[in-house]
Amino acid sequence: MSTLDIAKIRADFPILAREFDGKPLVYLDSAATSQKPQVVIDAISDFYAHHNANVHRGVYELAAEATDLYEGARAKLATFLNAPEPATIVFNRGTTESVNLVAHGWGRKFLHEGDEILITEMEHHSNIIPWQFAAQATGATLRYLPVTDDGYLDLTDLESLLHERTKILAVTGMSNVLGTLTPIKELTARAHAVGARVLVDGAQLVPHAPVDVQDIDCDFLTISGHKMLGPTASGGLYAKREVLEEMDPFLGGGEMINEVFHDHATWNVIPSKFEAGTMNIAQEVGLAAAIDYLTDLGMEAVHAREQELTGYALEQLDRAGARIFGPMDATKRGGAISFAYQDVHPHDLAEILNAEGVAVRAGHHCAQLLMRRFGVPATTRASFSVYNTEAEVDALVVALAKAQDIFG
Amino acid sequence: MALDDLYKEVILDHYKDPRNKREVPGAALTCSRNNPLCGDELTIYATVENDVVTDVAFEGQGCSISQSSASMMTEAIAQKSVADALALTAQFRGMMAGEIDPDEDTFGELVALKGVVKYPIRVKCAVLAWDVLQEALDGAGEAAGSAPHA
Repeated sequence: MSTLDIAKIRADFPILAREFDGKPLVYLDSAATSQKPQVVIDAISDFYAHHNANVHRGVYELAAEATDLYEGARAKLATFLNAPEPATIVFNRGTTESVNLVAHGWGRKFLHEGDEILITEMEHHSNIIPWQFAAQATGATLRYLPVTDDGYLDLTDLESLLHERTKILAVTGMSNVLGTLTPIKELTARAHAVGARVLVDGAQLVPHAPVDVQDIDCDFLTISGHKMLGPTASGGLYAKREVLEEMDPFLGGGEMINEVFHDHATWNVIPSKFEAGTMNIAQEVGLAAAIDYLTDLGMEAVHAREQELTGYALEQLDRAGARIFGPMDATKRGGAISFAYQDVHPHDLAEILNAEGVAVRAGHHCAQLLMRRFGVPATTRASFSVYNTEAEVDALVVALAKAQDIFG
Repeated sequence: MALDDLYKEVILDHYKDPRNKREVPGAALTCSRNNPLCGDELTIYATVENDVVTDVAFEGQGCSISQSSASMMTEAIAQKSVADALALTAQFRGMMAGEIDPDEDTFGELVALKGVVKYPIRVKCAVLAWDVLQEALDGAGEAAGSAPHA
């Protein structure tokens, strides 16, 4: 049994008290965005009420406070990921911006014709499209690791796909559709053995499991703050110091420069080199509060609790006759569960569930390659965070029976 | 929550037993489009003779709203002139935008889809077939040498 007091945790999230047509909100869409505890909402409000100023610029006291809070958030995120130093954390809007930053700043500089980029068929579009851009711009070739029928990465042909021409492997740590946890540490070692860099898309992994970037040894890790109880447009990129130093900047503007001349400029030190313009200051300060909250719970405990709930949900959905896409072993996956129910279209299903207060996602989940792989246009997805309960899984299953009544 | 409004019997009837759902290989006017929201795809096959829609059929997969809307549409516009079919298309869009309060004389069974207006994200599902139809019939205008429908 979990060591966490879920009722107490739920009380920290004001939105979970909402009702729709007299039915309590059953929020099962945390893989899209998580809800926010009061401490995060308060941190943003407190920043604007008491500490707001632009960072790294003013010499006055207020600007120093804002800068301390912003840089404090960076140090907090570095500690959370066991990054060697705060300078290895680049703040930005999250995963999409981070992959674009790497595909541009690293990809356009180091990829050439004949090189290969290796990604997987279970990637979110945000870890596909930037690599398509990079391939088109550099003449590099984009290759894909396939997915097995039961939703794991198919590593059978890894040796022929990952070789000395491969310059980067970009892989999700946890599939946003299948929930699959991927062997990132092993893949990183294999990629490094052939001289390739490794980017781990941490959008779904970081919110739900302890992550140690030095243990994984990945070169890049993307972080989505709004999926880990933080504000939207928070999070960023971890990268090794030497990699950040050899990369080109992505966006040009204020703060990222050292000296500007008529025809050229020199760059600021990392991470400022990648933080052009006024940043998402209040959001990163809010993320720091979310990290404190998660750290207090303990990521080991969060992970264990979510696995427990995921196991229960897999069992209940399976018993209800749902077809689950992805691993059935709760220890090899996270709490994002895509499924089909009878022949009910995911949109119809989501609408019927909505009428019962149950919020799920229906659609292709920004993973059209995966939809094609499994021969469906869309799926319904229930996804969990630390505040979800077995009773909410039961509410989902009861609501499914309504769909059966209407469409059966 | 008036779910019953959304899934009226008539919608479920057309969904479970769609009318004119068949491929028409070699139809003069064929047009496909997908709904990027969900990946659903719909193809319309239309035959126009002497400016009258003599046959219209559809193929594809989708939710109950998109499939029933397509099914009802094929019945509503059969044997109508191209101009009348396009006029009904415009009126249907008006109903889906909440601008036209539909009367059964004009809309017939299509009135059943009125409930979808309350679910803005599903309006796209309801109008998908009509968008594809308009594109197909615009092709008829071009084929006949008249000005394309604006």
